[in-house]
Amino acid sequence: MFRYLSERVVRLLITLFLVLSFAFVILRLSGDPALIIMSPDAPPEAIEAFRKAWGLDAPLWQQYVGYFVNLFQGNFGTSMKDGAPAMQTVLERIPATLAITVPALILQLLIGVPAGVYAALHHNSRIDRFLMGFSIAGHTCPSFVLALLLVMIFAVGLGWLPTGGYGTLQHALLPILTLSLSGAAVLARFTRSAMVEVMGQPYIRAALAKGLSWRQVVFRHALPNAAIPTVTLIGMMVGGLIAGAVVVETVFSWPGEGRLLVTSVASRDLSVVQAILLVVAACMVIANLIVDALYVMLDPRLRSGHRGARA
Amino acid sequence: MNTLSTGLPAPFRQSRSRLAAFFKSWPPLVLMSLGWLLLMLVTAVCAQWLMPYEFSQIDLRARLQPPVLFGGTWAHALGTDELGRDVLSRVVSAIQISLLIAFASTAISTLLGVVLGMLAAHFRGWIENVVLVLIDFQASMPFMIIALAVLAFFGNSLPLFICLMGFYGWERTARISRSLTIASNEQGYAAAAHDLGASASRVYGRHVLPNIASTIIVNITVTFPGVVLLESGLSFLGLGVQPPMASLGNMVGYGREYLQSAPWLLLCPSAVIVMTTFSISLVGDWLRDRLDPSIS
Repeated sequence: MFRYLSERVVRLLITLFLVLSFAFVILRLSGDPALIIMSPDAPPEAIEAFRKAWGLDAPLWQQYVGYFVNLFQGNFGTSMKDGAPAMQTVLERIPATLAITVPALILQLLIGVPAGVYAALHHNSRIDRFLMGFSIAGHTCPSFVLALLLVMIFAVGLGWLPTGGYGTLQHALLPILTLSLSGAAVLARFTRSAMVEVMGQPYIRAALAKGLSWRQVVFRHALPNAAIPTVTLIGMMVGGLIAGAVVVETVFSWPGEGRLLVTSVASRDLSVVQAILLVVAACMVIANLIVDALYVMLDPRLRSGHRGARA
Repeated sequence: MNTLSTGLPAPFRQSRSRLAAFFKSWPPLVLMSLGWLLLMLVTAVCAQWLMPYEFSQIDLRARLQPPVLFGGTWAHALGTDELGRDVLSRVVSAIQISLLIAFASTAISTLLGVVLGMLAAHFRGWIENVVLVLIDFQASMPFMIIALAVLAFFGNSLPLFICLMGFYGWERTARISRSLTIASNEQGYAAAAHDLGASASRVYGRHVLPNIASTIIVNITVTFPGVVLLESGLSFLGLGVQPPMASLGNMVGYGREYLQSAPWLLLCPSAVIVMTTFSISLVGDWLRDRLDPSIS
């Protein structure tokens, strides 16, 4: 068990290191930031001064080492546009994002998992087909189309809710609804297929054959086994809480992390983009770690030291 | 699945007609999806001849004209946008661009995934570990974020954009083809082909690949709509396909400004996106049931 967990930790640290290097490489490969930020016809002395100020005149490997040293010192650079510390700019937006993504995640779980389990237990019934039709529609419909559809109905047509903006609960309702509908669709589909697969396993037949009630079989034998793949997906969703709402935040002018990312990309504010990358990567790594710990709890094979739960 | 029901002889029934049997193996919804996809394909290939106007032709005297259904004229069957450009022509052109990106990127992603997966399965050892770390890296970040970061740093052009989209979903393909290849290597036929003196590339290309192809094809039906959705999402944000080129996503993005006054600007491209991705997913599900019931 400890061997499994420590192996996962090492893998995740390597992943984090790769993400950081990825950020560095594209930051430096993308051309001279001095020329991107300053206009090309700026005086050469100004460009030189800019390079010096950002450490761009050192050899590449020194920049690479310096980059990691800076990261460990908590120095994430300043926004190239307004000079504010990039990490602070990024962290300030987190509460706004969480305000819509956390309720949306809870709704997704409340809708998606029961719908998936129900559909699987009534495999090939009319309700199953109906739910899965909804689910396919939900996850093939781009979130911006869904968002605009909801705006057309609830804001333009009925006039109940504002079309966008930030501040009150009414403003948050449509973004939350958009996020939870599409997420629930994916979750329902995934849960259903995990559950259908488990229900076909011999141990379920064995449990039924030895006379356990249907309820006991479902709750004690099927659900824990179906939970293992579903937990992976939920882990991805938790990791995506910070940046999972890029499109939705843009549609509803919600001042969260996603919109910050889009505006920084459009204006090429490289340090802010980089800081967002780091925050997202950190969240994903932590979420993955939690998922791995959950695996150990859910899967007795890992607890006793055997491998092979994740092929 | 269905271990309880298989093996039982299906109750013999007078077949109502050949038609019923036909629709059982080809459900109407799947036929409709295939028809729609064919229509899209034909539209993309014959776009030059289908466009009533040049897609970027501006006619400021005919701005924001409604489509026929909203009381417009047949001169602009789907209306015109804020610059007087014909929406029908733009949709046709957008279908061409979006499908081009989706096909090219899916091909790149699948090729990358299959090759890396097979390399990992063939060499094992440190090569496999490198591939697995790359898979972990790709899977650990939401692709949208990676794409946005790359676009921020490199700027945007169509070839670059296609290559970028080509990284979408390769890790899933690689994971699948790695585990399938490992499994086939343990079966007799791969070893037999190898013992008969076939080179590694021949064993993998001529023997293993055809055996894992059905799963890869089903996987393509997952990657393809994913690329369509991603491309339209990025274009919607104004960071994907750049004007004057039209893509389904950027048409919706610009049409958003006219949500109340000219809703047709975004209705038509939205409908095309939804119907296309929906059709592919339906066809993919149906193919999976027919080809390979073992994967979810």
